[in-house]
Amino acid sequence: MTELSKKFAQRINNFTSQIRLRLSQSQWTNPGPLAVILFLCVLASLFYGSYPVTASRTLGILINLLLPSGWLDSSALDLKEIAVITIIRPPRILVAVFSGVALGMSGTALQGMMRNPLVGPDLVGVSSGAAFGSVLGFWLGLFEKPVIILAMASIGGCCALLLTMALAKMVGGKSDGLPLILAGFFVGAFFLACVGLLLYVNNPFYPRGQRTYNIIYWLLGMFRGADSAKALVVTLTTLIGGVVLMGLRWRINLLSLGDLDAKSLGIDVSWLRWLLIITVSFMVAGQVSVSGVVAWVGLIIPHCARMLVGPDHRRLMPTSALLGGLFVLGLDNFTRTVIKGEIPVGVLSGFIGTPLICFLFWKTKTKGWNES
Amino acid sequence: MNLGDFSFGNLGHAYLPDKWIFRNYGGEVSRGQILSLLGPNGSGKTTLLKILLGALKPTEGTVKVNGQVAFVPQLFQVAFDYTALDMVLMGRAKNIGLFSQPTKEDEEASLRALEQVGLAEMAHRPFHEMSGGQRQLIIFARALVAEADILILDEPTSALDLKNQNAILEWIDRLARQKNLTVIFSTHHPHHAYAVADRALLMLGESNYAAGAVNDVLTESNLSKLYELPFRRVCYEYKSQSVETLIPVLRPTKTALASAESY
Repeated sequence: MTELSKKFAQRINNFTSQIRLRLSQSQWTNPGPLAVILFLCVLASLFYGSYPVTASRTLGILINLLLPSGWLDSSALDLKEIAVITIIRPPRILVAVFSGVALGMSGTALQGMMRNPLVGPDLVGVSSGAAFGSVLGFWLGLFEKPVIILAMASIGGCCALLLTMALAKMVGGKSDGLPLILAGFFVGAFFLACVGLLLYVNNPFYPRGQRTYNIIYWLLGMFRGADSAKALVVTLTTLIGGVVLMGLRWRINLLSLGDLDAKSLGIDVSWLRWLLIITVSFMVAGQVSVSGVVAWVGLIIPHCARMLVGPDHRRLMPTSALLGGLFVLGLDNFTRTVIKGEIPVGVLSGFIGTPLICFLFWKTKTKGWNES
Repeated sequence: MNLGDFSFGNLGHAYLPDKWIFRNYGGEVSRGQILSLLGPNGSGKTTLLKILLGALKPTEGTVKVNGQVAFVPQLFQVAFDYTALDMVLMGRAKNIGLFSQPTKEDEEASLRALEQVGLAEMAHRPFHEMSGGQRQLIIFARALVAEADILILDEPTSALDLKNQNAILEWIDRLARQKNLTVIFSTHHPHHAYAVADRALLMLGESNYAAGAVNDVLTESNLSKLYELPFRRVCYEYKSQSVETLIPVLRPTKTALASAESY
């Protein structure tokens, strides 16, 4: 049985190596084709939904919007369709795409920084910390102040990440192995318990009832009810954080060698690590404060991107960003059209992510990546 | 102090108060020279190297360096499957701004460095698939591309077979004599120090050390004290030249004793 499992593992490793080799020799190393696919998917998402609008009518509305008024006869356009294409669907698509981009990029940065391919924003406690920050803001009655909610989520995420790293270092001596994953699990559980406590305790700013239900629903990772304010928050935080991570992407290669080696190459390791911690916390906070905890995406996407373009973060970072956007947009499209009851995206990503992570975990044993 | 010169004095380090690993250590090495560091396990060789590298602040004492320092760690695994070229390119970090990416010139310089160590055709091969000796050479190439004046190596020959140990020693010698680099390396093999080093530092105890020219420091009595083993001086011929070295007298096996008797 073990022999059979080894042979199977060997075959899978050979297969993935072959794919990687072929892809690395092809145009896939250039993120251009992925960007085009994402753009086409965004366009398709505009007319794909429970309210049917055909592709030609969607394009007609978009062309009409882009051209100066009077150039085309707009009398034939349906007002309902215009509302769906220009007001209802774009915020949700933006939230889905930028949430995926934020999670893909922050997962890539965390895995590189921590030299551990088994971490992601939700596994090292950042998402739980950010969720606690957001819920604390809601609990204090700051529903209408997204900037304050974002700041609180950022602080929560940052504190959780620092706690995880400190705990892992205290227990394991170095913060890049199994202790890190365990510490992330403990810290995540602690912040989720804090969230539970806030939801349970009643206060005058925040009476229990429908709002509690909404928050629980939001915590599961929900894009329903996305509006332009939410889209603006997640777009801005992802763009700002994304620019920083794109700038630092080669430096993450250096950081992934370990502290001593990175220092010997002349880089300021602690400053760089702080910069990454703050940026990742900010990006994840932007995503969590808008659409709750979407699990596994930050872990799976960097792996898939690594299979496509290899481990160099110069190519990995943009690929993770685009793949993350595509993946979450796909999940959201699936949940809002195929499943009429709208399962939260966080639940759906959990269903897909769990078997996938089991496969990756098994692949670690069979040297899918380096064991150190 | 000339470019590439390196000296340290009154150096001491304690991870816990009053628990000194070493104290009052001193030594120096000039440009183009090789300093070898010898000491038993736990004597603080890696700690001393970290201090010399500037990665660890000493509890007391000073380190004077003139020039850029590059480091070659012990054989290590990288967490991700970077290619040899990716690894060498990292040596350019000091020349590349915080938010910048390596340019084509950086890549060309890295390829040239790989060519110099004879591994240009392996530029796109994953680093972790290479042999120990090849990995060590790639890290040498990384130091070359960093345009460093001083090279610090932590047990560069550990975990290598004899052929690769010899190749690495040849490279250390070449870097010092041809590239005029100052080299500091730690080792467990006195004959390695004998083979290539100009100077040696023996970590004999907390505040007991011997530093100076190899012939003055690597003596039978010093090495016997360091490793608690008898050492014997042997002479051999290498490329028509008479060479001297010191080898430890290890406990003979029964087979060896039996064959000696029959002889």
